[in-house]
Amino acid sequence: MHLALFLIFGALCVAGALNLLLQRHPINSALSLIVVMSSLAVLYLLLGAEFLAAAQVIVYSGAIMVLFTFVIMLLNAGREERTRGSKMAYVVGFPGAAVLLALLAYIFITHSGDFVRLHAGENMVSTAALSRVLFRDLLLPFEVTSILILIAILGAVALARKEH
Amino acid sequence: MTNLHLWLIPLVPVAGFLVNGLLGRRFPKALVTAVAIIAAAIPMLQVADIVLHFSSLATPYIESHGAWIATSAFHANFAFQLDQLSLVMLCVVTGVGFLIHVYSIGYMAHEEGYWRFFAYMNLFLFFMLTLVLSANFLLMFVGWEGVGLASYLLIGFYYTRQSAANAGKKAFLYNRVGDVGFLLAMFLLVAHFGTLSFGQVFAAIGADPALHGGVLTAIGLLLLLGACGKSAQIPLYVWLPDAMEGPTPVSALIHAATMVTAGVYMIARAHVIFDRSAIALLAVAVIGTATAFFAATMGMMQTDIKRVLAYSTVSQLGYMFLGCGVAAYSAGVFHLVTHAFFKALLFLAAGSVIHALGGEQDMRVMGGLRKKIPVTFWTMTAAVFAISGFPPLCGFVSKDEILYQAFVSPTPAGKIFWAIGLLTAGLTSFYMFRLWYMTFFGESRAAAHEEEASVHARHDSRLTLEAEPAHPVHESPKSMLVPMSILAVLCVIAGALGWPEALGGTNWFSRFLASAASALPGGGSTHLELILAIVSTLVALSGWYVAHLMYYSRRDLPARMTARFRAIYGLVFNKYWVDEIYGALVVAPVLFIARWVLAMLVDRGVIDGGGLLAGYTAQGFGSLAARIQSGNIRSYAGWLAACAALLLVAVYFGWTVHFGIR
Amino acid sequence: MVPISWYLILSAVLFSIGVAAFLIKRNIITVFMSIELMLNAVNLTFVAFAQQWHMVSGQIFVFFVMVVAAAEAAVGLAIIIAVFRSRSTLNVDQIDLMKL
Repeated sequence: MHLALFLIFGALCVAGALNLLLQRHPINSALSLIVVMSSLAVLYLLLGAEFLAAAQVIVYSGAIMVLFTFVIMLLNAGREERTRGSKMAYVVGFPGAAVLLALLAYIFITHSGDFVRLHAGENMVSTAALSRVLFRDLLLPFEVTSILILIAILGAVALARKEH
Repeated sequence: MTNLHLWLIPLVPVAGFLVNGLLGRRFPKALVTAVAIIAAAIPMLQVADIVLHFSSLATPYIESHGAWIATSAFHANFAFQLDQLSLVMLCVVTGVGFLIHVYSIGYMAHEEGYWRFFAYMNLFLFFMLTLVLSANFLLMFVGWEGVGLASYLLIGFYYTRQSAANAGKKAFLYNRVGDVGFLLAMFLLVAHFGTLSFGQVFAAIGADPALHGGVLTAIGLLLLLGACGKSAQIPLYVWLPDAMEGPTPVSALIHAATMVTAGVYMIARAHVIFDRSAIALLAVAVIGTATAFFAATMGMMQTDIKRVLAYSTVSQLGYMFLGCGVAAYSAGVFHLVTHAFFKALLFLAAGSVIHALGGEQDMRVMGGLRKKIPVTFWTMTAAVFAISGFPPLCGFVSKDEILYQAFVSPTPAGKIFWAIGLLTAGLTSFYMFRLWYMTFFGESRAAAHEEEASVHARHDSRLTLEAEPAHPVHESPKSMLVPMSILAVLCVIAGALGWPEALGGTNWFSRFLASAASALPGGGSTHLELILAIVSTLVALSGWYVAHLMYYSRRDLPARMTARFRAIYGLVFNKYWVDEIYGALVVAPVLFIARWVLAMLVDRGVIDGGGLLAGYTAQGFGSLAARIQSGNIRSYAGWLAACAALLLVAVYFGWTVHFGIR
Repeated sequence: MVPISWYLILSAVLFSIGVAAFLIKRNIITVFMSIELMLNAVNLTFVAFAQQWHMVSGQIFVFFVMVVAAAEAAVGLAIIIAVFRSRSTLNVDQIDLMKL
């Protein structure tokens, strides 16, 4: 069961990511990304992070991606044109990414014996437990993040304002 | 044991040099003169004092003033030495030096660089005295180089003249070639004996009777090379005729009496080494004889009065080398002394003639000066007779001694040396009398010449505001005549010092020098000596006769002979093309290498190129690196990805560098 | 029975796709989205490890990452709007004023 769920939503993730890569119009990419995020939320659930799954859907899919979509619509972004880009990106970048993937895959495969096998829904971390740590041990960072968000709001407003 | 304060002898002239050199420009002429003369007189007085007390001294007297080089392997001190040989040299250098300083007061009176001249002269005295007084080869080398420097400065005294500057360079460079020999000899000495001190080296050789040839030959030959450079022997003589570009007192002091004799002094000083090496001695004799002969032939053809004397100097130095080469060191040194007298006098008199004629040096436009400048005439006559070897003048005594020793020398080639030496004596007599007749006798050719546009020989007084206009021929001032007269008297009486036993004398000089520079007993009899003396006198007379014939009674003869023997005449007149040969063989390749290989290839190519290459490389790398900064986000991202991958791989596989403590 | 290493491999794949998308895409908003994708991949890793070692701090870290990603997205998009206003283009290759 766990396996089946993992496979389905894992495949969905990868498919969405590839779609993001392959689509020409940014709005399609944005929608693909939403698919990815939602699938990831399910995967978090499988990994026992219920709060994070919820937060993923609410914050990421629900707010950030909406923001992206708004901006795309606002700027009326059209299909991408082909321009002369940077050769370096292809020449150097792709091998880099490939190596990265290969290396990580290699590490995780060779050491797969070190990792735990999981059943679905094992070791659910309850929201209560999470919040206990968050509001007790890490209270200061929590408050700081709220200020961070405040600053972000101010910045966004200031930057995006129409110049008079 | 009294303290002779030998260090004062060189030190006073250098003080004079410093005062005149640094401040002389602002001094009035009288003050410059006073400083210079006092700086030259005090050493002379001190030497005179030493002479008076010499018999009570234990020789060699060595005075050490502290260590110069003091390592575990090698020591060299600032040490001065006094023995018979150095005393003789001291007398010559300080005595003749002082006289020439006095002469220069009158001769250089109208020169711009008066203070500079006397400063350099004092500097020369300092170095020469150091050379003569030193107790080791190293300090001697200091003096050796120093006199070369002073010579360069004084030859190029009229530095605005291209030929004078070139002559100075030429002298210095040829000296340098010789100095290489001297240096190599010193290296060999250090390598073999571990010391450069005269006393220690000679004692080491003396203590080892079996030491012959081999390294001693090498040292001897190398020392000979050094002497050839300094004393203008074949193959390094060509600088001396050109050195006549300098003022006449310089020619008299440096290129007649003192510096050029440094080579002879060095060979006499190192006689212990030469005594043990037959090859080196033979080389000395051969070079000396050959030089004497060749220089005499060249001197016969010269038309510039100073050039004749220059070649004569080279030739007479050859005699001194011959004397040393047959191990008759005291004979060679005695000829050095007498040569100092008559050659200095010849130069001073020539200077007086030139001064009288307002700068003229070409003998072809002289003549008829006998009545007009009598004192100069009579002093020069004394010198001419002395150098030609007429008894009882000093030149005869010394030259005859050398020829006799050559004849009776155990060297197989001794008789050959004698024969060539005798022939050269005849030539010497001939060209000296030729000079005498052309300068002083007959009608004055100067008047006829004045109308022509100037093909004047180099004027000595170019640095004055203008050359002296048509002065009537006048005798020189007292300051010039008195030294000349003193030297003339010395020419006549100095022979008594070494008067040979065969003719009734005691040969005091040879005995005096015996402990410092022993002459090998020559064998032979007084009878033989008498005969040889008569032969030499006859040869001298015949030289006079031929000169009389060609330049007095039958004036047409020279021109006819020149026409008959045109080829030989051309060869000798052009000094056997030696300068040109050196130019093509040595100078041209060196210049080529310097200009094209070193200047172009090495300096511009390698060194400049290296710098430029570094610059271009930095620039190239810089511009390459700058391309990364393209402003393009994707290329940045590409690089980021690649390098991140690289880092990860490095960390995972442990390719990190371990610093610090493991 | 899914070994956690599979989650990790999945996250590696997602990350690489994100890098590739960053390198390929020419629209700046899409580039931004690829950044979000990469962040998400990392989030997945954190959660997987949190499960592996039974530490809550992994998940808390994810929480903070989300917060920061949100802030960054807001500000970043505001900048994109500003740039669009001045340059009238969303093409990444044409926004290269910082080149040497």
